[in-house]
Order: sequence, then C-alpha cells, then structure tokens
Amino acid sequence: MAQTHSNAEHHGHGHEHPDQEEMRTFAFWIYLMTDVILFATLFATYIVLQGNTDGGPGPKDIFQMNGIYASTFILLTSSFTSGLALLAMHKGNRLALMNWLWVTIFLGASFLFLEVNEFMHMVHEGATISTSAFLTAFYTLVGTHGLHVALGLGWMIILIIQIAKHGITPVTKRKVNIVSLFWHFLDIVWIFVFTIVYLLGVK
Amino acid sequence: MSNQTAHGSLKSYVTGFICSIVLTIIPIVVLVNNWLEGLGSTIVFLAAALLQFIVQLVFFMHLRDEEKPRYNLMSLLLGIFIVLLIVVGSIWIMMYNMVAI
Repeated sequence: MAQTHSNAEHHGHGHEHPDQEEMRTFAFWIYLMTDVILFATLFATYIVLQGNTDGGPGPKDIFQMNGIYASTFILLTSSFTSGLALLAMHKGNRLALMNWLWVTIFLGASFLFLEVNEFMHMVHEGATISTSAFLTAFYTLVGTHGLHVALGLGWMIILIIQIAKHGITPVTKRKVNIVSLFWHFLDIVWIFVFTIVYLLGVK
Repeated sequence: MSNQTAHGSLKSYVTGFICSIVLTIIPIVVLVNNWLEGLGSTIVFLAAALLQFIVQLVFFMHLRDEEKPRYNLMSLLLGIFIVLLIVVGSIWIMMYNMVAI
C-alpha cells in the first residue's frame, strides 16, 4: 500500500498508464528468460565438448586467469553502478543518473577491451575458433556474452541521449529499469561463465 | 516484479555488492592457494556461483519485493527448469550413455 502511494506521488502523469509501462518491463523479463535458454544451450554444448581438444591446447594452457579475475570484478562493479543509476533516477537526480550510466558504460567497455585482448592473445597463440571442438564451444559461449555486453553499451549510450533530451519521464524510467535488469542479467551469466569455463577449467 | 515501485535502497545495493565481492574472492583464493582438490573445489566453486546468483536476484533485481501475483518469479522458475533440463540432460546423455564407440 505504501509503495503504491509513493508510486502515484513520484510518477505524476505516469499514473494514468502505470500498467502499460509495468507490462513492458515484464515483457522484457520474459525476453530475458528466453535469453537464459539460449545461454543454457551454449553452456550445455561447452560442458559436453570441453574435453575434445583434438590434441590442441586445453583450458589450462591458454586461460590467463589474472585478466579474467580483473574483468570479473569490473563487471561486478558495473552491475552495482547500474543499480546506483536506478537509485539516482528514483530520487529524480538526472545528472547523477547520467553519470552513473557513464560509469557503467566505462566499466563495461573495459570488460570488453580485456575480453578482446584475451581473444587476440589466444588466436596469436594458435588457439582459434576452428582449432578444436573445445575452442569452438568456448568462443561461441564467451563471444555471445561479449556481444550482449557490446549491445548493452550501445543501448545505454542511446538511453543517455534520450534522458538528456526528454528528462526523467515514465518512458525513460521504464527504459532505465529495463537496461539495468539486462545488465544484472549479463553479470549473472558471467558469474557462470567465470565458474564453469574458467575456474573449473583451470583447477 | 513491479519495477516501477520496487527499486530497492542504497543499503540493499551495497549489501549485494559486498556479498558478490566476497563470493567471488572465496573461489579465487581457494583456487590460487590450492586449498581443495577434485570434488571439494568443484562444490565450493559451484556453491559460490549459486549463492551469488541468488544475491543478484534478491539485492540487485529485487525479486523478493515483487507483489502478488508473482509472475516474474513464476517465469524465472520455468526458465531455471528449462536450463536444468537442457544442461543436466545434455551432460547425462553425452557422458554416461556412450554406446556407439
């Protein structure tokens, strides 16, 4: 009850169509569940094929764990800062909202930079996507996650432009909600990539 | 999850962030120092990942704050069910039922 009351206060005009924006957020949640299934198939493929190195390098030979630790903490922190952006938005602080989104973008870009670096290093060592079934599954799984991160970065930049133009409206509010859900989701996927691919791969 | 209303507090984000950091450091320390071997380390790594999954859902995605009917939770449970079916099913079929070779 208290929440519904504060909702009406904060949203002003948005109160006329609160259900539609909420339905859109829920629809995005359903999309995330389908993305979960996509990643499940990629994880299943990786787990089944990870031993098939065809005489090529295995996980222990090519994974450079220090870079992986760094990118894990970077993505974790970016998940936190996207939450701080959400908090700033609910306080009506547009500048803080945009700044936290920029921090999130910066951290996400650093993560991607490290990932591309890792891939380039591996290819340089002769571990390409066509070397073995293990590496095909590896590049597909980790690369699909990286692609999601890249899309998320572009999405946030577009969103910042919209916020700069239109301010915090019910529509931009819903969009920030959704993009932060997406970002937390990518962090969760990375936790499992980190654990199943890297930690269990090199132990 | 009614995200329009349930958006958490600074406290929930900070708690979630600290828990995530700790749950990431634990498996790294176990791995770097070789404290556990074989099944023991596998269990620690997977348990830390699972706990962190729950931390993110509760403290960052505010799944607990959802009002009834809890459609977000229901669709998530269906998603998890399908994930387990695909992953566990694939492992079971491919690793323990090799008859053709």
